[in-house]
Amino acid sequence: MPFVPHTEKDIQEMLSVIGAPSVDALFDEIPEHLRCKKLDAIPSSAPEMEITRVMHERAAADGIALNFIGAGAYEHHIPAAVWEITTRGEFYSAYTPYQAEASQGTLQLLYEFQTMMCELTGMEISNASLYDGASSLAEALLMAVRSLGRKASGRVLLPRALHPYYRQVAANLTHAQGVTLHEVDFEAGTGLTTVAAAERAGVEAPTAVVISQPNFFGGLEDVDALTDWAHAQGALVIAVVNPTLLAVHRPPSEWGSKGADIVVGEGQPLGAPLSSGGPYFGFLCCSKQYVRQMPGRIVGRTLDLDGKPGYTLTLQAREQHIRRSKATSNICTNQGLLVTAATIYMSLLGPEGLSRVANASMANTRKLRDALTALPGVTAALSAPFFHETVLTLDRKVAPVLERLSDEGIVGGLDISGMYPELGNALLVCATETRTDADIARYKQALGEVLARAKAA
Amino acid sequence: MSTEPLIFQNSRDGRGAKAQWPAATDGNALPDSLVRKQPPRLPQTGELQTVRHYTRLSQKNFSIDTHFYPLGSCTMKYNPRACNTLAMLPGFLMRHPLAPVSRSQGVLACLHELQDMLRHVTGMHAVSLTPMAGAQGEFTGVAMIRAYHKARGDEGRTEIIVPDAAHGTNPATATMLGFDVREIPTREDGDVDFEALKEALGPQTAGIMLTNPSTLGVFERRIKEIADLVHEAGGLLYYDGANLNAILGKTRPGDMGFDVIHMNLHKTFSTPHGGGGPGAGAVGVSERLAPFMPIPVVGQADDGSYRWLDEQDLPQSIGRLSTFMGNAGVLLRAYVYARLLGREGMERVAEFATLNANYLMARMKEKGFDLAFDGRRASHEFIVTLKRQKQELTLTASDVAKRLLDYGFHAPTVYFPLLVPECLLIEPTETEDRESLDAFVEAMASIWEEAKTDIEHVKGAPWDLPVRRLDETRAARQLDVRYDFNGEAAA
Repeated sequence: MPFVPHTEKDIQEMLSVIGAPSVDALFDEIPEHLRCKKLDAIPSSAPEMEITRVMHERAAADGIALNFIGAGAYEHHIPAAVWEITTRGEFYSAYTPYQAEASQGTLQLLYEFQTMMCELTGMEISNASLYDGASSLAEALLMAVRSLGRKASGRVLLPRALHPYYRQVAANLTHAQGVTLHEVDFEAGTGLTTVAAAERAGVEAPTAVVISQPNFFGGLEDVDALTDWAHAQGALVIAVVNPTLLAVHRPPSEWGSKGADIVVGEGQPLGAPLSSGGPYFGFLCCSKQYVRQMPGRIVGRTLDLDGKPGYTLTLQAREQHIRRSKATSNICTNQGLLVTAATIYMSLLGPEGLSRVANASMANTRKLRDALTALPGVTAALSAPFFHETVLTLDRKVAPVLERLSDEGIVGGLDISGMYPELGNALLVCATETRTDADIARYKQALGEVLARAKAA
Repeated sequence: MSTEPLIFQNSRDGRGAKAQWPAATDGNALPDSLVRKQPPRLPQTGELQTVRHYTRLSQKNFSIDTHFYPLGSCTMKYNPRACNTLAMLPGFLMRHPLAPVSRSQGVLACLHELQDMLRHVTGMHAVSLTPMAGAQGEFTGVAMIRAYHKARGDEGRTEIIVPDAAHGTNPATATMLGFDVREIPTREDGDVDFEALKEALGPQTAGIMLTNPSTLGVFERRIKEIADLVHEAGGLLYYDGANLNAILGKTRPGDMGFDVIHMNLHKTFSTPHGGGGPGAGAVGVSERLAPFMPIPVVGQADDGSYRWLDEQDLPQSIGRLSTFMGNAGVLLRAYVYARLLGREGMERVAEFATLNANYLMARMKEKGFDLAFDGRRASHEFIVTLKRQKQELTLTASDVAKRLLDYGFHAPTVYFPLLVPECLLIEPTETEDRESLDAFVEAMASIWEEAKTDIEHVKGAPWDLPVRRLDETRAARQLDVRYDFNGEAAA
């Protein structure tokens, strides 16, 4: 039987110590009518050899396509050392570091992670991660409401140019606590969120204003103007940022005259594989004055009995296992293993490596745009400067074109015409540093053929 | 063990793992006003030095792979290596979450089969895999209860009942969904106080959150009557699946009358705890809650192909709770584990987890330790109380926990549940052999003996770890949560 080491002799001797006649007798407190029958609907045990074959077949079933989708999850090169070390049993099979003395490895690593995130965002405090980008935004909204206390209206302004799934998740996770979300339209032509549009939303005394840098279209917002405007309304500024971009982009702490108050984002670009959407991790940083309203684990450096430095979870009085119904959040787990990967990733890339990744991704996306918009029927949808994603407009429906490209082994971007009908036949594309000139040429050729074939037909 | 410097202390300008850098491009394409002036002070270290640093850090951890880890309520059992290896095949890792479903049939097949297996083993009507951890599974469950009452126009149900022994996440979750929390007491023998429950139930009751076996390590014998009572009052029952390992294949929450459950796949289905995540908190629902499940759910068409079900398919859904599809890579690990076990293996999980717990409990009693619920069967875990040792020797649960580390055992859960004084909640799991359990009993007995002769030595523990006992008060008062580059430079 899998993973149970007991011999028949062990079982008999253990039962005799317990004083029970059989293993089944150990369940005699479960009423007879609740005992379940055989689990016939579940397949019989598969030996490792058999399931290995099944999984290899399924992993290979769909082939590995040449990917041009970003939309919140980005295909970056991940150094081999990242997951070699991350999946060492000492990291992989450890629990949350409640027993600090037996968890110094994880705790020191988390302290290093917190430092790195503070460096990228410019903020004073980072927690040890949350579930993912979208749920981190929800936690930030609740944190803003708690931070303003009785003054909080619960009204939050967020751009329509923010990732649609982030908007949905934020609404679903916060609405029961009196948070109301109000969308700010983006400007036609640029796709950017302007102060004028924020004013037009007509929301009085907002608790928080969310700024997405870049926005869902890849566009780079005027973060200074938006930050200053939000602060003038008495709102907290919540920045949703791409961590790779921050290697080269002014950190949120320096936006406007006072800087952002809370910074969140998706950590996936820092060493987590695409993996169908998870596990990833969310990060959340803030200025020091809000630390007691922060959700999630925080690691602090302290001293041991001999005066030697060591690391421990701290400020646990915020958390559910102490505060129960009055906790800052119900969250217990963070995404420890992903943070392990991210910390090793950031160490290996360093400031130079990460800024090269950001710049190469920007350069490749420009090459991609230029290559594809050279085809008849393809135009750039928006004029704003962009990071490593941008929107193209096709002269016909996007979905059938993507299907044809998929047949050629190319995942050609995300059809966002349903999410944003005002953009027409809009296709969101991304080329990170992993896309080569040859990849881009292959995409261009395939798209050209698809468009020409359809026209001919 | 020597102190490992922070990686920032090893950093030198101009160093780096250069094999990992892409070619430099011409400048920065950002508008000037957005360009960063000072680069972030990320480490600048060579690849070997980085690998060595993190390998050394790993060696400062206790883990299941290196130590017996009887942490109650956490189910620290073996995480089979095959689950990791097979979930990390390139075809799975390289799949973008928004890739077309025609290019996702392999992964969707695994997830669909996992939904089915979880549905059958829990006796529920349907399963959604999206919640990213147990606490988010709880949120999902209570959100569905809320949506259910609302859809019926039953607006006055503002209260969630929670036993006082419950995990802290239960009341915290109810609060996040805008409910008032009503706590009810637990009886001497560990069961819910039936009379108190009757009194608490009423037209304001939205539901009750229960763990069974409870956090006290005993099976709630009157569960069916409780379910009937709650249903009669118009409330729904939420099952906290933290302790599902104890009953897998023996009894099913669906048959007990629960309307919604969450499963900690990182416990019962052996996906890694990873130093505190990622988890996965799949939810199962009864028929009446099925329309409210979070999206996306994996569906199968008549032609056998798979696709994501979204708002169009589930218009009453409580919606999306994660950016994409929850922790898909964790779900693949759970799938492999479930297939390795098969139906026979699933039944044996509960059998051997229970055999190990009852054996360990009997051995502890033999050695003279006091059980919190003597006379009850242990489920997969049980509670020892050191109330007597504290009175006689000033020996606390925390002292024992720290001293156990010197003996090479991870400590059990201490000071939870809150209502048992000086408690150790001990969960050995089914994957430990008898020798590990015996060695743990000997260590516990030895620590008790030490306390009689040299209590200060015990209170000074741990002695043999990378650090000695840490000053947690100082950590909270003199908050130091990131490296001070300037402080270092000044020094």
